[in-house]
Amino acid sequence: MKRTPLYEKHLEYKGKLIDFGGWELPVEYVGIIPEHEAVRNSAGLFDVSHMGEVTVTGEDAEKYIQKMVTNDISNMDVMQIYYSPMCYPNGGVVDDLLIYKYNREKYLLVINAANTEKDVEWLQSNVSGNLKVKNVSSEYAQLALQGPKAQKILQKLTDKNLDDIKFFHFCDEVPIGEMKVFVSRNGYTGEDGFEVLVAPQEAEKLWDRIIEAGKEDGLLPAGLGARDTLRFEVCLPLYGHEINDSITPLEAGLGFFVKLDKDDFIGKEELMNQKSSGLKRKLCGIEMIDRGIPRAGFEVFSEGRKIGYITSGSYSPTLKKNIGLALMDIEFSEEGREVEVLIRNKLLKTKIIKKPFYAKKYKNKR
Amino acid sequence: MEIKKELMYSKTHEWVKADGQKAYIGLTDYARIQLGQIVFIDLPEINSTAEAEQSLAEVESVKAVAEVLSPISGTVNEVNEALINNPELINEDVYGSWLVLIEMSDPAEINNLMNSEEYENFCKTLSEEESH
Repeated sequence: MKRTPLYEKHLEYKGKLIDFGGWELPVEYVGIIPEHEAVRNSAGLFDVSHMGEVTVTGEDAEKYIQKMVTNDISNMDVMQIYYSPMCYPNGGVVDDLLIYKYNREKYLLVINAANTEKDVEWLQSNVSGNLKVKNVSSEYAQLALQGPKAQKILQKLTDKNLDDIKFFHFCDEVPIGEMKVFVSRNGYTGEDGFEVLVAPQEAEKLWDRIIEAGKEDGLLPAGLGARDTLRFEVCLPLYGHEINDSITPLEAGLGFFVKLDKDDFIGKEELMNQKSSGLKRKLCGIEMIDRGIPRAGFEVFSEGRKIGYITSGSYSPTLKKNIGLALMDIEFSEEGREVEVLIRNKLLKTKIIKKPFYAKKYKNKR
Repeated sequence: MEIKKELMYSKTHEWVKADGQKAYIGLTDYARIQLGQIVFIDLPEINSTAEAEQSLAEVESVKAVAEVLSPISGTVNEVNEALINNPELINEDVYGSWLVLIEMSDPAEINNLMNSEEYENFCKTLSEEESH
């Protein structure tokens, strides 16, 4: 298994290590629930060094990215970040990614760890024009500091006024002691927070400084378990669950990030067809009425007919309810409808509810 | 990790406290540590049949689903209903939180289980295997 530059820290903080897509990473330290609550109420620090990073540089960089992703990056500001799905010609999703713009000839893409190889291959096989695609994943460690106290904690470590970094923007030269790090205001928890890219050899030092700065505010190291329950409550998609190569971004409710009015991009034709002929499936929220926890892969029924399946499901630590996301036949997707989930050979009652389950608490939006 | 001297233990980390023909069944501290905080429990129907080494109940933490196997055979006499709405009570006190009370059909089955010393050694072997 691959280890991140923070492996020794995970041992020091008694992380329960698991195999996450080939990476040895902590699912939890003190526990998923206390870590989840720390992020909602104070702050949590995650090692997300397993994420992949790719640079796209050259005079045709913007044009090329426009072709590769569904979102429209033509109006992006410099030092801004966009989220976008990247699709196959059939509309299925290769991956979802973050696009960081330095200028029209230089971008950084942050992609899912488990998809890194596949994405790099896909990106390189579609290169046209004057540009270079380079996998730079091993040049970065990445920490995510998330929660309402994130700014207060990080501000203690730098003279850079963090108010200047707006939501979904970044600054690549934030001084922290003798280090210069890359800080963006974004995350995967629904809370305010930052992601910090740092050279691998400086990752442990940065980790220690953030932990120390966050002590009095109740900052906890947080594992992949809490990262998943946090993103799930605010319904941020997870590749392999809400989206994959046979679910389109439109079906997954990501239509906002699919700009069908921009020039040609991979998957556009199929996505336009899907939109004009009407969606057949829709991602819905569900809440259990009967006792049981819906889990990914469980099937959803209505009057004996299979109408969908759970893409993600869990006990929600914030809502203290058993809820799920389900990809459903659109005819059965209206709010309030009662359907059934098959849990251990029992059909249990559930109802369709509004998404997200918990409202995002982003700050400094502009 | 805590192990109580007076209890008997299964290889699947259930404890048994026998009292004549009856036996209380619960989860051990080892199971609690492995699972993390328990957020859901499904207990059997009263008067249902329990069979040794067969499924008796289900417990779930945020990330894990685990089957509780019955260490002994018999009939389910009582279930600990307080746990249904407050499964976290198990995490607070594993040895105080019995799941079910079973009327044993063959009390001699108890002899197939481990005593506290044997169970302690068994857990040690498991954690050694894990660290390799």
